[in-house]
Amino acid sequence: MSVLVFAESSEGKFKKTALEVVSYGKKVAEQLGTNVVALTINASDSSELYTYGAEKVVAVSNDSLNTFNAKQYAAVVTEVAKAENATVVVVDSSIDGLYLAPIVAVNLEAGCASNVVAAPSNVSPFTVKRKAFSNKAFSNTVIATDLKVIGLAKNSYGIHENAVAGTTEAFEATVVESGVKSEKIERVTGKVTIADADIVVSAGRGLKGPENWGMVEELAEVLGAATACSKPVSDLGWRPHSEHVGQTGKPVAANLYIAIGISGAIQHLAGINASKVKVVINTDPEAPFFKAADYGIVGDAFDVVPKLIEKLKAFKAS
Amino acid sequence: MKILVCISHVPDTTSKINFTESDTKFDTNGVQFVINPYDEFCLTRAMWFKEKQGATVTIVNVGGAETEPTLRKALAIGADDAIRVNVNPTDGLQVAKELAAVVKNGGYDLVLAGKESADYNGQMVPGMLAALTDFNFINGCVGIEVDGTTVSATREIDGGNETISSSLPLVIGGQKGIVEEKDLRIPNMRGIMMARKKPLQVIDPVGGEASTNVQSFEKPAPKGAVKLVAADNVDELISLLHNEAKVI
Repeated sequence: MSVLVFAESSEGKFKKTALEVVSYGKKVAEQLGTNVVALTINASDSSELYTYGAEKVVAVSNDSLNTFNAKQYAAVVTEVAKAENATVVVVDSSIDGLYLAPIVAVNLEAGCASNVVAAPSNVSPFTVKRKAFSNKAFSNTVIATDLKVIGLAKNSYGIHENAVAGTTEAFEATVVESGVKSEKIERVTGKVTIADADIVVSAGRGLKGPENWGMVEELAEVLGAATACSKPVSDLGWRPHSEHVGQTGKPVAANLYIAIGISGAIQHLAGINASKVKVVINTDPEAPFFKAADYGIVGDAFDVVPKLIEKLKAFKAS
Repeated sequence: MKILVCISHVPDTTSKINFTESDTKFDTNGVQFVINPYDEFCLTRAMWFKEKQGATVTIVNVGGAETEPTLRKALAIGADDAIRVNVNPTDGLQVAKELAAVVKNGGYDLVLAGKESADYNGQMVPGMLAALTDFNFINGCVGIEVDGTTVSATREIDGGNETISSSLPLVIGGQKGIVEEKDLRIPNMRGIMMARKKPLQVIDPVGGEASTNVQSFEKPAPKGAVKLVAADNVDELISLLHNEAKVI
């Protein structure tokens, strides 16, 4: 028996979500009285995972798996889960990871819970807390099958060091036919993506026009943050659709979400509810976002944001 | 081309979320239900295929009779016929098993499903459906073209896009981008009248069992009031974010 976690990597390096799923897997393994095994695919060095509790790392190296493919990756996770006699499989909620859990669950005939936000409240019956209704509620879900697959929500459990003396074993995985072929990958380089960002700086119609986004980008740069926007802004073509945050846009589960000139429509709030700390800068003290925010400044973005950039630069330099 | 669009019947995005029966059931009282927004993008794309390239568009929902107004709305948008699998599912796997049976019996070439439903947000059904039917699968799809049996699609990846080629049959997990929000169809009067006469077939479930069950729901703890900082005192905001919230 073991708990298997898939530790996702990009260009050989582990994502933060990978360290979070290993931390989570370690906790579940302790609750079940077993060990956590981490699976890596084409990661250069797995030893970092020992720091977070992985006693064993199963390392798959295969050039056919250089590009993420949901069915192929799920087949590898399934094969390793069987080889390791896993009773619980944990994957992260990265843009790719999200699609693994359901396919692995079908492959293993396992019950599946996605959007899980906490360690199991009980392991018999196996009960997990999940986000639901666009973060307006949680469901306490019992996974009734012997084998269980968990999709862990990003930034929900946190990264916890739990150093162990681990070992890494190479594993020859079978690469299945997936039916789809990657033709071209286009990435915006040099920018923090919303999916990876711990801090997101977002702006809305209060900025009056796309020509005013320079200060939003500068603030994001100072904070090492990603930039985002409200739906009207992307609809108006001021910013790309890939930056639209909200119910039908991108969900944000950042540690800090700064909303500038965004009133806070319910659909926007649904997309950012999972963020831990929310800051609002808006001229309208009645803007609904103030009810959802932790900190707020009633003021003009054109006065406040440049001051904030200046002071943050000094703060970072100190 | 035979297209199947999976339609979830979900609370309107502005709905208040409450629970009844000791927090074990979603309280539908006063809640308006709509076509799941992600499914609506897929339905609009399916209509484009129907009109420009020739295709039949069937919609399917796994749910009770209360979902039929939502299916009629999808028919009014232009789908040809509807199937309702008559069972109230309790998890994504159960939905996927029922949909897989419909897909296998119907000989569909392309199955379009929203990447997630706006109620339980599980993002599980499209992947499970692809696994159960052994169809090809493209997740997070933001663009799709079909030429004969050859498909070119774009999916969102971290910080960019990936262009993918595939053959039919195929399951798509679709999202905004597969069509834009401004292109979504609104049923007109003619469509609404015609929808009343279109076939809506109610079929019995194959008995796919759920593997999870919801023990209870809970709402997040009430949030404290916002801490306001004076506009000319951003130092205080930085101090709060550093010392109190510990996020910078």
